[in-house]
Order: sequence, then structure tokens, then C-alpha cells
Amino acid sequence: MAALLEASGIVRRFGALVANDHVDLVVAPAEIHALLGENGAGKSTLVKILYGLLQPLEGTLSWEGRPVTIASPAEARRLGIGMVFQHFSLFDALTVAENVALSLPASTPMATIEAEVAQLSRAYGLPLEPRREVWRLSVGERQRIEIVRALLQNPKLLILDEPTSVLTPQEADQLFVTLEALKAEGRSILYISHKLDEVRRLCDRATVLRLGKVVATADPRAETAASLARLMVGTEVKEARATAHATGAERLVVQGLSLPATDIHGTALKDVALTVRAGEIVGIAGIAGNGQDEFFAALSGEVTGDPGTISLDGRPIGSLGINARRRLGAAFVPEERLGHAAAPGFTLADNALLSGHATNGFVRRGLIDRSAVTAWFRRVVSAFDVRTSGPNPEARALSGGNLQKFVVGREILREPQLFVVAQPTWGVDAAAAATIRQALLDLAARGAAVLVISQDLDELFALADRLAVISEGRLSEARPTPSLDRETVGLMMGGIHGVAA
Amino acid sequence: MGMTEAILLTIITAATPLLIAALGELVVERSGVLNLGVEGMMIVGAATGFAAAILTGSTVIGILAGIGAGMILAAIFAALALGLAANQVATGLALTILGLGASGLIGSAFVGARRDALAKIDLPWLTDLPVVGKVLFGQDPLVYVSALLAVGVWWFLWKTRAGLVLRAVGESHGAAHALGYSVLKIRFLAVLFGGGCAGLAGAYLSLAYTPFWSPGMTAGRGWIALAIVVFASWLPLRAVIGAYLFGGVTVLQLHAQARGWGIPSQAMSALPYLATILVLVLISVRRRGDAQAPASLGTPFVPDR
Repeated sequence: MAALLEASGIVRRFGALVANDHVDLVVAPAEIHALLGENGAGKSTLVKILYGLLQPLEGTLSWEGRPVTIASPAEARRLGIGMVFQHFSLFDALTVAENVALSLPASTPMATIEAEVAQLSRAYGLPLEPRREVWRLSVGERQRIEIVRALLQNPKLLILDEPTSVLTPQEADQLFVTLEALKAEGRSILYISHKLDEVRRLCDRATVLRLGKVVATADPRAETAASLARLMVGTEVKEARATAHATGAERLVVQGLSLPATDIHGTALKDVALTVRAGEIVGIAGIAGNGQDEFFAALSGEVTGDPGTISLDGRPIGSLGINARRRLGAAFVPEERLGHAAAPGFTLADNALLSGHATNGFVRRGLIDRSAVTAWFRRVVSAFDVRTSGPNPEARALSGGNLQKFVVGREILREPQLFVVAQPTWGVDAAAAATIRQALLDLAARGAAVLVISQDLDELFALADRLAVISEGRLSEARPTPSLDRETVGLMMGGIHGVAA
Repeated sequence: MGMTEAILLTIITAATPLLIAALGELVVERSGVLNLGVEGMMIVGAATGFAAAILTGSTVIGILAGIGAGMILAAIFAALALGLAANQVATGLALTILGLGASGLIGSAFVGARRDALAKIDLPWLTDLPVVGKVLFGQDPLVYVSALLAVGVWWFLWKTRAGLVLRAVGESHGAAHALGYSVLKIRFLAVLFGGGCAGLAGAYLSLAYTPFWSPGMTAGRGWIALAIVVFASWLPLRAVIGAYLFGGVTVLQLHAQARGWGIPSQAMSALPYLATILVLVLISVRRRGDAQAPASLGTPFVPDR
């Protein structure tokens, strides 16, 4: 059968970086084709080229056997290519129907659009209310808008960029049912992911990218997760391993913690209680926007409250600021590494100073001790193998994985008694992720209390001794991880958003 | 003519230029662009409009010249802030300084010149109704234009597809770009519209409100128009309320001075500006409701991403 879409010899550079280096890709009609690769492998660049958002510097595209140039997304849609973005291209202040209308010809009346949205959402099991504003919707619902929006164009090829990275396992299952239905209608799907289990379960063929090059085209069902991982990463990835150790006294105790939402899109915390013992890693699972940011802010001292709601080693710290908590032996790494954990335009040494000025002896009589800062920064860089382009680059010049190793390392080397980290390996390459996870396990083994807030269930199951789920600002009881399975946790994550049975 | 009627009439003429300029800026900000140069565009519109009217003897040509002058300044802003993605705040401030200077140059030959104010309409019977007659049916044509403009902007933003696209661009330019809309083109047109409105508001000042040219005659009305946009939470019909409120404050201080309330006249003249500051403070303190600033407001869009 002739290929639906064929890309050959695609080259795209950004400055010195070759994002796509002579990439070939063939998508057959009515197949689910996986595009596999780590962050930074060039998947997104390739997809943007296919959807007309970027132009290739070299190489050709052909569609149903005819050579084509795709100059714009409108042209891609005209050919029959639909796209569902990883970071949804939705307008929060507009309604579902308005969002859909924006991707349709201007002549379609609103009433028709609302009717079609309702019809499509019934036909493919994608429940949606056309008149709701997007910011009121869950992430899963937002994704459905994107899919419905793409389906209204009646595409022959639907591109999905990391579609399950933000979904609960149940929402993901629901999505797979929809995708199988689309395939049965003869549509093709280009499925971008780095989740190997999903790819093996869903996809007919896989093209694997590494550092901008195609390294393999494989039948994912004939491969194992380990063999696919090896293709993707290039080397064996070491599994993080815990060393056996005892847990000690209660270090972090949170009780009766309630906080109003700080802004209109925020979530209020409702009577949160949690205990983390010395030597223990406790994981907090949950879908983004269920109160994780607020909980982190309350723990780190960015938002203060009643003294008794949070205590560290028996001392009430709920009303103390960030530096006071740091002086008591706590350390924090927020989710957003560029902009929250690190100032993008500051050098790494200055960023080390920013989080360590209160605790690391960097400041004497109001003056900065440069040699102490430099010595510390060098220690972090070497202990955590942070690869930098120069001796002391700006934070924004680092890759995600290297910057994450730096911001985690800078706190862990202080040997904190309590370590709170959000999304420790989000968007980080496999090798850096393994380094960070091992460091967390080792820190706990040395007697620290570690709290990991993450949306990545695999990560939590690999790290946490006990696991709690946050949903709508309420935190469940933390239960020993071995007593839980993914399905149960997934259902708890869904909370009252409800998951269609 | 009763006191109430007199006050109402002066409020309307004081509010009209504020409303026109605010509606223009509202459309600009809905598209995600913050043009702080309203004052500059307004005063160039006032100088050019007056000069053109004196030279040609036609008020209509004066008004059109004012609109055109505002649009030319807006085009300069667009070239810098959109074309070159320059900082919008700095570019807008520069535009105001440029406008103040350029207007002095354009108007220098016309200082002291006088002409009749834009004629008020006079409908037989209707205009002669007691109290409401002059207020409703005896205004100059631009007052009615400003009312139509308010309804028109509302209708455009909420009832047409083009308006939806414009709001979408202001909400998330990245997403609009991904859908294939030309962010810069839409913003350019919005900025031009805003410039035209500011120019018209300026021409109203020099051709209808006080029919002469004097340097600096806009006296901060461009800034008040900007405050009205925030006060109105980017909703055109609320901008009408805002403009009339600020127009009312302006008139109040004139009447207070005339009646000798014993408050220094300088303090009274400062009232509209104090009200502006107060409103801006109250708005930023108030808990954010459902009507919020366009999410992309003031962030430059650089397409290659």
C-alpha cells in the first residue's frame, strides 16, 4: 500500500544545534505510528515541520504519493493533517465552541459548530460542554477539545504530541479507545511519546529518534520495553536502587493545613495532613492543578500560615519564611526549574548564591564571599555531573537535564533534614533522571525525610515508600506503595472529576 | 437652560473624547498589544485636525486629517513594537513624547487661530423638548459617532468571527499562530484602529470641545483613556460608564471652581488624575473576577518558534 505521508532527508538546524539530521519517516494509511525519542531528540521539530509550523532546510515531503510543501498549518489541514499539541493551543478565556470555531472557516455559524461538537463528542466518547470556558475544564477535557477540533477537519492523519503525559491512567485508556476507533475508520495516527508501554500497546510501527537522527524503525510489539529504551537512549539506563535502611522519628508533620486559593485558577488546600519520617520518601501523586503548587508553597514558606500546621522535628514552622526554614535544615526544589528554581539570566554561581545565602556561609558582614560561592558551585557541578558549555554559564544556557541536576544537587549537597521536591525529573533525559532519583534515594538512606510531588506515577512507584494522592486540594492518607496499584492511584487522582466507567 | 441640563451637556462633551480614545485602546489591548502612546496620538490628531480644518476650511477634512495623523503615529508604533518586537511600554512612552513634540511643530503656525466649533445638530421639535431635548437630540455628530462606536466595538468583539480571532490573538498569540492566524497582521490592524480613534478623539478636542489649538491641550486625557480601559475590564460597554464617570469628575471640578468651594483650584484640577490613580489602585487590589486582562497583553510576539 502506498504511504500516506513520507518525509525523507529532513534537515532542520537551530543555530549550531541540528534538531533534525536527515530524518526519514513513512506513515502508512490506517496505522498508528509511534515517534519515539527522548526530550531533545528532535520529535517536536519534526512534527512542527509536518504540520507546517517550521520549514525544513533540506529534504522532501510527499502526501499520498505526491510531493508537497507544507507552508502553513492551514495548508497542512487542507491536505488532511490534524494536530493535537502537547501544550494545548487553547484559549483559556474563550468557550469550548469558540475555541473550535477558531480552527474552522469563518463562514461556519456558531450554532452549527456547537451542534457538531456535541455530535462528535458523542460519536467518539469525548464528552464536552460547548459553552464552558476552557479555564474551568480539567486537563483531560482540554485535550478532548483539541481532538474534537482536529477531527472536525476530517483528517486522514492525526498527530498527537505526548498525549498521555497529563492524563490519569483511566483517561489514557479512554483516549486509546478513541484512537483505535479512528484507526478503524481508516485514519492514520502519528503518536509521539517516550512512554514505551503505551507505544507497545497501541502502535503498529515505531520510528525511533536519537539526537536528531533516526536510529531505528521497529515493530514495537516485537520489541521489549528494554530494547526500545536502549534504542532511544543509546546505552543501558541504570535503574535507581534503594539501599535498605530503617526509618526513624517523624520529621515533617503537617496537620490541619488549609489555604485559600491565591488566584482564580488556583486550588484551595483543604485540611491537609501528612507525616514524613526520617529515612523515608513519601510521594504525592496527582494531576496538575489539584493543589500541588499551593502545597509546595506552604511547605517551602513562600506562603506562610498558622505556626502549628507544619512542624519540622517537633518545631512549629508554619509561620516561618523560606530562609528560616532553610536554617532549620529544610531544602526545596520547585517544579519550574527556569524561572522559579533558577533565575534564567543569572550564572550558575549566582544561582547557587540565591538559594544558599542564608545557610551556606556565602555572605559575611553583608558582603558576598565569592570564593566560597565558587567553591560550592564547583562542588555541585562535579558531584552531580552537570555538563556546562563554559566555566560558569547562565542558567538558561543549560539543557533541562543538566539544570535540573544543578538545582537538585545544590540543595542535596547541603545534607538537608527535610527535602521537598516537585517534579524532580519532568522533561529530563533518562540518564539525568536516573542520577537525580538515585540521589533522592541516597539522601533518604542517610536519614533525611524526602517528599516528592510528581505527576509521573512510574517515578513515584520507583521512589516512594508511601504514597498519597492530592485531588481538588485534599490529600489522601499516605499508604505504603507496595499495597497500591496504578489503577487505584489513577482512580484517586481522578477525584471528583470522575472517570467514565 | 437649567443647571442639571447644563452639567449634563458639559459631561457629554467632556466624556466623548475619552470614550473614543478608550474604545480604540480597548481594541488594541484586546489584541494583546499595550500602546501607552494614546496621549501622543491624541495630541497629534488635535494639532493636525485643527491645522487641516483651518487650511481647507472644512471641519470634515479636519476630522479625517486628525484620524489619519493618529494612524500614522500608530503605524510607527506598530513598526517598532510589532515589526521589531521592541518593548511595548518603552515604545508607547516614546510615542507620547514624540507626539507632544510633533504636535507643537504642526500646530505652531496655528496658535491663536480660531474657528467655530463643530455644529450641534438641531432637529425641529425634538431638540426643543424640555431637559432631554438638547441632551439627547442636540449634540454634535461626533457624540453620536462615539455611542455608535461603543456598540460597534461590542458587536465586533462578541458577535463576529473577526472579533473572536482578535480576542484569541490577545489571549494566546502562540496558540493563534499555531492555528494559522497572522498574529502580527491582526495586531497591526488593531493598533491602526486604536491610532485612528485616538486621532479622532484629539480632533474632537480641537474642533468641537475647545475650537482652537494650544500646545499640550490634551492635558493627560490619553492617560485617562488608558485608565478607563482597565476600569472597564476590557469591556466596551463598561468603557462608556468609565468615560462618563471621568467626564463627570472633570466637569465637577470646573463647576466647583466656578462656585468657589474654597478648595484651591489646583487641587480641583488634579481631581480627574487623582481619580485615575484611585481607580487603578482599586482595580489591582480587587480580587480578580472573570473579566481579566487579555493573557498575552504586552508580550511581544516573535513568530519563529
